[in-house]
Amino acid sequence: MLKVLSCSSMPRSYFLQPKACLALQKDVIHMHAVTGRCTKVARNINMERLRNNYLFPEISARELEHIKKYPNAEVISLGIGDTTEPIPDLIASAMSDYARSLSTPEGYKGYGDEQGNKALRKAIAQTFYKDLAVKDTEVFVSDGSQCDISRVQMLLGSDMTIAVQDPSFPAYIDSSVIIGQAGDFQYNSGKYRNIEYMKCGPQNHFFPDLSNTLRTDIIFFCSPNNPTGHAASREQLEQLVEFAKENGSIIVYDSAYAAYITDESPRSIYEIPGAREVAIEVSSFSKSAGFTGVRLGWTVVPDELLYSNGFPVGHDFNRIICTCFNGASNIAQAGGLACLSPEGVSAMFSVVDYYKENAQILLDTFASLGLKTHGGVNAPYVWVHFPGKRSWDVFNEILGKTNIITVPGSGFGPGGEEFIRVTAFGHRETILEASTRLKSLFP
Amino acid sequence: MSLLNHPSTSISSSSSAFLGRDHRRLKTRPHNVLLPAKRSWICKCVATPPAEVTAYKTKVSRNANMAKLEAGYLFPEIARRRAAHMLKYPDAQVISLGIGDTTEPIPDVITSAMSKRSDALSTIEGYSGYGAEQGEKLLRATIASTYYANLGIEEGDIFVSDGAKSDISRLQVLFGSEVTMAVQDPSYPAYVDSSVIMGQTGQYQKDVGYGNIEYMKCTPENGFFPDLSTVPRTDVIFFCSPNNPTGSAATRDQLTQLVQFAKDNGSIIVYDSAYAMYMSDDNPKSIFQIPGAKEVAIETSSFSKYAGFTGVRLGWTVVPKELQFSDGFPVAKDFNRIVCTCFNGASNIAQAGGLACLSPEGIKAMHDVIGFYKENTEIIVKTFNSLGFNVYGGKNAPYVWVHFPGQSSWDVFAEILENTHVVTTPGSGFGPGGEGFVRVSAFGHRANVLEACRRFKELYK
Repeated sequence: MLKVLSCSSMPRSYFLQPKACLALQKDVIHMHAVTGRCTKVARNINMERLRNNYLFPEISARELEHIKKYPNAEVISLGIGDTTEPIPDLIASAMSDYARSLSTPEGYKGYGDEQGNKALRKAIAQTFYKDLAVKDTEVFVSDGSQCDISRVQMLLGSDMTIAVQDPSFPAYIDSSVIIGQAGDFQYNSGKYRNIEYMKCGPQNHFFPDLSNTLRTDIIFFCSPNNPTGHAASREQLEQLVEFAKENGSIIVYDSAYAAYITDESPRSIYEIPGAREVAIEVSSFSKSAGFTGVRLGWTVVPDELLYSNGFPVGHDFNRIICTCFNGASNIAQAGGLACLSPEGVSAMFSVVDYYKENAQILLDTFASLGLKTHGGVNAPYVWVHFPGKRSWDVFNEILGKTNIITVPGSGFGPGGEEFIRVTAFGHRETILEASTRLKSLFP
Repeated sequence: MSLLNHPSTSISSSSSAFLGRDHRRLKTRPHNVLLPAKRSWICKCVATPPAEVTAYKTKVSRNANMAKLEAGYLFPEIARRRAAHMLKYPDAQVISLGIGDTTEPIPDVITSAMSKRSDALSTIEGYSGYGAEQGEKLLRATIASTYYANLGIEEGDIFVSDGAKSDISRLQVLFGSEVTMAVQDPSYPAYVDSSVIMGQTGQYQKDVGYGNIEYMKCTPENGFFPDLSTVPRTDVIFFCSPNNPTGSAATRDQLTQLVQFAKDNGSIIVYDSAYAMYMSDDNPKSIFQIPGAKEVAIETSSFSKYAGFTGVRLGWTVVPKELQFSDGFPVAKDFNRIVCTCFNGASNIAQAGGLACLSPEGIKAMHDVIGFYKENTEIIVKTFNSLGFNVYGGKNAPYVWVHFPGQSSWDVFAEILENTHVVTTPGSGFGPGGEGFVRVSAFGHRANVLEACRRFKELYK
């Protein structure tokens, strides 16, 4: 089934230049410098430090290029982790009703609390953090994790050192570069100078060797992990919290895929004793409610989380929210509230199960090809190993031979080299078709 | 973070006021202190330095820029005062003409589009996931053709957002900490506060402002347009017209001067046109109506005050392709990268509403609501005029800027609140240049506006 990204997802034409055309790009810029009238405002050096486009628009660009080149190909997108199944009725109709109520005197609402609707904050605390002592006042509703990550970076400022899993969701590193924490990119290692990359691979059970990890102020940790699909065990997270405590670090824990956990792995960092003093948790409705376009998420900042001078982190985060943001859309929040009703939770898990079944199909498919696969059990991502091969080459090979878009592992960091990420989001028939095509890869 | 069991939804947004350094303004230490945890060893009023040695502290230093901020953001502070007042006078009918919050329902044609889009999301054909971070194509194109027709601004120059406030911060992230900026004085607080947070400024000095910011005074004496001949060069110039809070709208002549000034200095103007549709005079609605502006200006705008989208969240920023950094690099390319990395698009439902706003029916409906608020503004202007005050603004914006010469604006705010139960906004909250003024916003049900004006007449007769 052809899944076409809207053309508007393309940045303007000169952003699409594949790397080979970088020289042409430079000429275009030079021409502007000579013939156009520049301001005297220096470009932000941090923006200059960014290597390449953000990963996912780059994948979109490649997809579009491929479609243009092969207009008759039925391209299947298992690249960007974009949800495909409709939002459950009761959630969509809650948003529909709320929208309509905004045109009535009784129902109209203007500005909401920047921290989010109180009932929604309460529902989030009660649904996801029951028995974990998270208060509604510690929950900050947002327009999604990608935005929250950048707001957390603005909060922390440019003088922080950060550690990330390697591979990891690119927004942690990219936002770090943009805010000025990361230093220069080092081409020989493929890493930014000031960032501590914690390798996560099959050899270490996808959990970093903390005894060989330098202290950093901040540790980004995503579990279940994007892209590897690994869900950290309780024991692993206890080590992580202990490590953070010893070093006086703050963990930024991304639990966006917690709903996909099948086994007993913790769904929240706050299941670990002591985590309230060391961790911020970021999460999202995107992958559980199909809210990728609706835009709704949240961040928890516990009251016990203090800076070195004793100042509560939550107070500053609140100030950021009030100054740099103006709340998530009230309609999206109405949807969020419906998501957290008993029927809503049940409906969300039905969709999650659907995607997990997709993941199992993909796992089986790759395994049948003799490939070592990871993930796919606690996350909607399958992480496939192609030892000795460059991930962009594998990406191109798969695309060329099967018209399937995946994501090359190196897009997530040097630790992703030799791997391909395949998402399990898609209509069942698409996944089955993809499976058929993949099986023909190595006949 | 407040423990007040109060039905008012503004309470939690007011928590920042507890957290700021503004304790000198509180006559008594509030008893509603922050009690974050059940554990009794964290129990502190934030105004006192933390003395508890048993509380675990990380070794992460607080961002020094956050420490520079004076008090909480202005509007949560106003909300906190309002809430405190309502507690004090539970039977009083408090009228809010403080925070510029829209009150009238969104026109049907717009909400039904959002309702339809919501319903569509539960169908196979109608479901959509991630949208383009820059916004839906048709919406971008329609914004361009509606507001920038014949100005050489195209779909690709438009970046749809969740509102001007978020855009301002994203622009600051784009510019980075090394730029210098100028603001009108007084001005919408988000420009200065986001600058502090980004690390562009020095420390705050009472009555002067933050170090390293160029405050361009806008007063009745200079017709609310700065004397550019006395303004030093800065990299970025924030300029809001029609202005929040003064209500003044810059003329074509003034904006031509501004563009020339930016050109001479190689500066970038960030032009906030969120109130353009409130203009009665024949002033430019967009900076791009000024020749040459595309090479020096970014424009940011919003559906908040046109369509009542203050809670729905939708706006846009225009970054012309002609705008370049000093090395020739297009500003739009970096802004696009910020939008793709630090943002993930405005809500698709809000965008469906935006498209309906820009249909012929939607535009007419928005004009009607704007007209309603403009009538409110007139009523307020007439009231204060009749009481002998010098009144500014009101004609081109939903704000009335009332002069109280020689008085502290927070004192006037408190006096008005105490005696009339009407919330306004003290001018000094918008910068040192706002001292001696009070901003009265014109958003409100007609009955409330009339009642507020009746009370003003009582107080000041």
